[in-house]
Order: sequence, then structure tokens, then C-alpha cells
Amino acid sequence: MDISNYLYLSAILFTIGAVGVVLRRNAIVVFMCVELMLNAANLAFVTFSRINGDLVGQVASFFTMVVAACEVVVGLAIIVTMYRSRRSASVDDASLLKR
Amino acid sequence: MHNLFAQSLHVGSTATPEAVQFWFLAPLAVLAALGMLLVKKAVHSALLLAWVMITLAILYIAQGALFLGIVQVVVYTGAVMMLFLFILMLVGVDSSDSLIENIKGQRATSITAAVGIGGLLISLIGRATLNHPATGVESINANGNVQGLANELFTKYVWAFEVVSALLITAALGAMVLAHSQKIKVRTSQRDLSIARFRGDSLATAAGLPGSGIFALHNAVDVPALGPDGLPAQASVSKVLEARGDMIASAPFERNDIQEEEK
Repeated sequence: MDISNYLYLSAILFTIGAVGVVLRRNAIVVFMCVELMLNAANLAFVTFSRINGDLVGQVASFFTMVVAACEVVVGLAIIVTMYRSRRSASVDDASLLKR
Repeated sequence: MHNLFAQSLHVGSTATPEAVQFWFLAPLAVLAALGMLLVKKAVHSALLLAWVMITLAILYIAQGALFLGIVQVVVYTGAVMMLFLFILMLVGVDSSDSLIENIKGQRATSITAAVGIGGLLISLIGRATLNHPATGVESINANGNVQGLANELFTKYVWAFEVVSALLITAALGAMVLAHSQKIKVRTSQRDLSIARFRGDSLATAAGLPGSGIFALHNAVDVPALGPDGLPAQASVSKVLEARGDMIASAPFERNDIQEEEK
């Protein structure tokens, strides 16, 4: 098996995550799809680290994980705040600026 | 094995066990990711995502990124997914998506766009070439993966490491500020309640509300107690039960009823 198959897997997972972000309405599911995209990018980083034979890819992947953790914390707090005022976690209901 | 003019990216082959593992795990990961997209309930999505993350952790370890594999399990499937499930419980487990399209043609357009992105990425990977043969991770993991990563992190990337720590603190603060809700009124203490009982309109409830079911024909929480005058004490039944309509009508338990039964 060729190592590049990992990259194909990463591309497929990234695409599925992107579809989820656009299609799903529940803010939490949208957020989980963003996580899937980040994870797919991490897989590509790790694979490139292996191909290139240096640790730069793994370091980048490490930083991605940290930033993703921060993003989850703030994002979920925003969802909770939104839920408190709207009583709904649907992204369609956060449309106050439209009116 | 490297060929500069190859149409597809040949960057070195893997050993057979790794190939078997990949072909076993990769379809499962893709299926779980697709399932995450298609299932209606958010909890099922979360569990499927946890499975994808565990699969990716195994793939990281197979590729020589031992530290990242462990961190993936600890941080993602451990902390992040637990946080997701926690918020799901807070927001309502039963919350499921409505399947009505709000924007016309959104589904078809986004699926077309996604197929475009996927096709672009895959063809890009297929056409990419490497100007040096793949080295593999064995050489850099010679002194151990964790030691190698630590060496990089605390020398070359130490500034990024510090900035990331600042980011983490900021995120924690931000979450606290966002999740904080101000109390609208002062919480009544036990002392306040006691004062209200004794300085109120009547002293009838100074000793507290009567318990339900006491001196009644039935001993249950949904039956009002009977006062010394034989009349049912409505205050003895929880207001919640009353509002829900779960309270048993008090008429059969009144004094006249008892006297009739005695006759």
C-alpha cells in the first residue's frame, strides 16, 4: 500500500466534514463537523511528517490540537449562551441581525 | 521506488500489516463520518465522531506519531467529546435537526460544492510529486518520538508554545465570561424564609406546611392532608403536582365522606 492513501483518507474526511458544516442545522453537530475537518488536516500533517522524515508536521498537528481545544471551549460556551437566550441550538434561530 | 514523473504520488510503501490495518480502519472511519452526517440525533453524531477520532489515533500511532496518537485519545475522545456530550445534555439530548430546507436548493448546491472540493483535493494528491524519496519516520524517531517532539517544541517552536499557552488561558477566561449568567434576584436564605413565616399574614404555616397524606384515607404525596376541622389542606400537596393535574381530587377525603363510611 502506498503512503499517499492516508492523504486520500484525509481528503475524504475533510470533505465529509465540510458537507456537514454546510448541511446540518444543529449548532453542536456543525461544530463536531468542524472538529472532523481539523482531525482530517491533522492526519495529513502526520502523513507528510512521515513522508518528509522530519517532525515539523507532527509539531503542526500538536498545535492544531491545542487550538482546536481552545476553539471547542469558546464555541460551546457561545452555543450555551445562544441556547439560554433562544431556547434552541439551531443555527437558523440565531437570525436576530436579519430583522 | 520513487519516480519523479509518476502520475500518482508514490511516496514509499508500507508493510503489509499496516496496509491491512489501513484497509480495515479507513472504510470504517469514512462510514462513521458519513453516518455522523446522516443520523438525526446529535448524540449519535457525537458517538460516531468519537469512533472516527479513535480510528485516527490508531492511524497516527501506525505512522510513527506515538505521542500524537495518545494525545488524540486523551484530548479529543477524552476531553473534547466529553465536553460535547456535556453540552448536549445541557441543551437537550432529544434535539434533532429539522429536515426542511430553509434556503432553496441549499442541499443540492452544497453537495455539488463538496464533490468539487473532494475531487480537487484528491486529484491534487494524485498529481503531486515529491522531489526527494520518502524518508520515513524511523530516522527521526531514533531517539524516541516524545523526546524528538520535545526537542523541537522547546527549541525551535518555543515562542509558538508560549503564545499557545496564552491562547489557552484566554479561551478559558472567554468561556467563563460567556457561560456566566447574572442572578436577577437575591437568593432567599433559610433565615429570610423563617422571618417571612412568622411576620406574614397568619401564623397558620409558622411551623411549616402540612405534609401530604397525613390524616387522610390514603398515605400518598398526591392526596391532600385533612386538617383538624376535617377539611382538606390544599397547601399540603406540591404545587407542581397540582399544576400537572396529578393531584387526586380532595372531595372523597372530606369529613362527611368518612362519616358516611363509618355508618
